[in-house]
Amino acid sequence: MIEETEKTRRYLDGLSGKVRFFLGDEAAAYGALFAGCRFFGGYPITPASEVAETMARELPSVDGFFVQFEDEIGSIAAVIGASRAGAKSMTATSGPGFSLMQENIGYAVMTETPCVIVNVQRSGPSTGQATKPAQGDLYQARWGTHGDHEMIALSPNSVQECFDLIIDCFNLSERYRHPVIFLMDGEIGHLREKLVYPGRETVSLFQRGGADPADKPGLVRPMQEFGFGESIHITGSTHKENGMRDVTSRDVHEDLITRLYDKVDKNRENIVRFEERYMEDAEVAVVCYGATSRPALGAVKRAREEGIKAGYFRLITIWPFCERRMKEIGRQVKRILVPEMNLGQLAREIERFVGVPVHRVTKIGGVSHTVDEIYGALTGEAP
Amino acid sequence: MTVKENPLDKYLRKEILPTTHCAGCGGGLVLNAFVRAIDDLKIPREAIIAVTGIGCSSWIPSPYLKVDTLHTTHGRPVAFATGVKVIQPEKKVVVIAGDGDLAGIGGNHLIHAARRNIGLSVFLVNNYIYGMTGGQVSATTPFGVITTTTPYTNPDHPLDIAGLVAVAGANYVARWTTFHMAPLINAMKHALQKNGCSFVEIVSQCPVSYGRRVEMRDGLAFMKHFKDNAVTVKQAMERSEEELEGKIVVGKLMERDRPEYSETLRRINEARNAEASSA
Repeated sequence: MIEETEKTRRYLDGLSGKVRFFLGDEAAAYGALFAGCRFFGGYPITPASEVAETMARELPSVDGFFVQFEDEIGSIAAVIGASRAGAKSMTATSGPGFSLMQENIGYAVMTETPCVIVNVQRSGPSTGQATKPAQGDLYQARWGTHGDHEMIALSPNSVQECFDLIIDCFNLSERYRHPVIFLMDGEIGHLREKLVYPGRETVSLFQRGGADPADKPGLVRPMQEFGFGESIHITGSTHKENGMRDVTSRDVHEDLITRLYDKVDKNRENIVRFEERYMEDAEVAVVCYGATSRPALGAVKRAREEGIKAGYFRLITIWPFCERRMKEIGRQVKRILVPEMNLGQLAREIERFVGVPVHRVTKIGGVSHTVDEIYGALTGEAP
Repeated sequence: MTVKENPLDKYLRKEILPTTHCAGCGGGLVLNAFVRAIDDLKIPREAIIAVTGIGCSSWIPSPYLKVDTLHTTHGRPVAFATGVKVIQPEKKVVVIAGDGDLAGIGGNHLIHAARRNIGLSVFLVNNYIYGMTGGQVSATTPFGVITTTTPYTNPDHPLDIAGLVAVAGANYVARWTTFHMAPLINAMKHALQKNGCSFVEIVSQCPVSYGRRVEMRDGLAFMKHFKDNAVTVKQAMERSEEELEGKIVVGKLMERDRPEYSETLRRINEARNAEASSA
């Protein structure tokens, strides 16, 4: 664990309460610094490069380290190594780089190594529209790496939330000893708006190493770090509780993978976050996340002005999915509208939990929805 | 008669010995050389972090070496180790992995670790083959050899991985074989003490997956082969490329003193902070 020095305290306290006009990418970087991130390994990619640039500039002020790697595979590998060596660590990338990182994200799951991976989503697949935003990595964030595993992914819809929510990402990552995906999109990453730094005393951080009283199922083991003479053995192979490889026993594999899965799944209610407005009497729900939520809220407000009983539901935690609340919504409303910047990924997940019609309001090509478009879909009129 | 404890046992997870390596494998010799090197240098095991990849050679330290061990994904141990070293620069961060990991799939990480001159001691165990997966051609398999994936002879030429690391910028580069135990141990000691990126290619034997293709079916045949075909760096300088075909050039290939990477990062941080506090 890297101890916080007086100098680091002065630097962060100096920012507390100040107001900035920032990009989402920059806000995410500063949020990471507040969360205690002291190692960043990355590789340039649009539209995530500003996260790396900000970390490269500011990490020395908190005794942290920035390394630009030869590729994204090396970046996530070093992030996991640095985390094991005692530093809260993260990387930031976009689609192509996120694809390259998948194997080692699985390694972080298997070895229960905390780390945060920022994915500022852009149009894909492949190089796609490199400079255009998209929301097409919803399922990749969940199922990108091979094998049975859970995943934790959060998504912001404002510059302020880029800062606030990445702190949650670090806390969840440390608490559950799991990689956490910060699923931004190019629109939020490159949006410039107001950021207010919180007072440092209001930011609570989960300290690694201790037991977590909120982990009711008791499935999370205390984190061990290198360098204390404990001869810790960490492997991505199937291993016993003491870390030793055992790749032939069915029981050892089942016990391990079930525990890794359950520690997220059975703590789902502690991880799931969402925002809802006008949902109390809603007959049609607009379910969304990230950049799309902004025109979606505008459309719902306009519908309310017109006397239409529309509600707004925004996922903040994308994974694990808000199953319980979605089932309730499915019982309450007559239909669900899902605007998203892909061909219907979130809609597909929602359909697994509701019996009412789910209307896709999809838009790809790097252009975000307008209020008119979503309102039009709400009322059944073309915009 | 009382059985005395071997003084090197303290470095090993004795309870899981013997190793799973095949009869005649060079892996045990490499493990032996490494624990002798750290014992000679009196490096406590608490001061060592071992990082490995995937394949037979990664099973040399993992799990037999009783130190903090990070057994990583295929090809990536050098990148993982870079993150470890930046955060814990006072530790001896050691990578032991094979030609598949370090010359094949993860070659790029090795080049860039050498270029950065990050303070890792990298020991590449080169047995010319993908042994664990059943004897497929690797980046160091000689031209013309039959393997399970080059059934009509290997059309590729082998990579001089130690030469590559030397030009990429590492502070110390050497090559020895498992036959040359004394100079190998000395080279490992040098690598462990050298500040900056150090690299020792250890030419090793795989009688099972490689040897059967080249008429060397046991460890002894390889020992003889290494003995007969080793050429020192000095001797090699007087020979042409054709004359060196099939020979193993042993000795120190490079030594220099570029600044070590994690120290440079700390100097940058200090300079930045001095600037900030005077501003």
